[in-house]
Amino acid sequence: MADDNTHLDGNCLAGPLSEILSVEATTAWWRCPECAMAGPLAQLQVYGPEPGLTARCPGCAYIALRLVKEGRHIWLTMGSSTGAFRFTV
Amino acid sequence: MAIAWHRARLAARLPQTATARSLVFTVPGWPGHLPGQHVDVRLTADDGYQAVRSYSLAAPADGDRIELGVQTVPGGEVSPYLADDLPSGADVEVRGPLGNWFVWRPEQTEPVLLVAGGSGVVPLAAMIRAHRRVPSSNAFHLLYSVRTPDDVWYGDELAAPDGHLDVRIVYTRQAPSGSPRGAGRIAAADLAEPVTRLGATSPAYVCGPTGFVESVASLLVDMGRDPATIRTERFG
Repeated sequence: MADDNTHLDGNCLAGPLSEILSVEATTAWWRCPECAMAGPLAQLQVYGPEPGLTARCPGCAYIALRLVKEGRHIWLTMGSSTGAFRFTV
Repeated sequence: MAIAWHRARLAARLPQTATARSLVFTVPGWPGHLPGQHVDVRLTADDGYQAVRSYSLAAPADGDRIELGVQTVPGGEVSPYLADDLPSGADVEVRGPLGNWFVWRPEQTEPVLLVAGGSGVVPLAAMIRAHRRVPSSNAFHLLYSVRTPDDVWYGDELAAPDGHLDVRIVYTRQAPSGSPRGAGRIAAADLAEPVTRLGATSPAYVCGPTGFVESVASLLVDMGRDPATIRTERFG
């Protein structure tokens, strides 16, 4: 996994997102609301793994999503807002 | 519906380099996979502590057998154990197959550019091996960056004559004696020739360390390749 100085990409979210989504996620299309760059989830920049995984726009670093696992719960935040969905797995 | 964790039993361990291994596991109930996909491997310690890491599948689907490529990361929590200490016949858990974006499908018919940095060759090996099973296929062009001649994975296999695969190995630290190209990182000149063999929509698959992938992807874009045809996978 990545250390603090580097990032992976959205391909590594396939497993973690499979815990809460029924459709394979890395091919999902995403358009950045900040800089309008568009592409598949697989090409987001992903930082982590602790305290969670943060996926950012490769163009402007805008946060696309954050995923935090805590025991039986997975917290999913979309965009750079606060307010998370809590899934029980 | 979550993708299931499967029990995986270590069936064989093959050295690839001094620090890299191919691990073959038998996974009862394995659903099959596409070339380029990966798995998450989960290890559980006696005290219940768990560690999960992603590893690429190195070979096309083959019943309940899967082959992974493991490069030892010095000081790593998982890779040195998997590479050298996990006993034959022992079990780990794997979740997969994962990822539908960094994949090559045998029905794709364009020529393909593959660019690997170090152990980034693993998912590309699965594509090459799957491609060999397809009759009268268009060529694959592999550009493979390694530090020294001792760091080449799948050496014999890549050296075997194959009319549908051309292989160029680039050495970043130490080239073989007498090699016309000195040691150095992949540059536009290394990509120029294979790129001329591609069609406008031919895909390029680039896999390796993050800095390597960023560098190669921007070289390809600078050479006029459509960014939408470039698929990348980074492993840190």
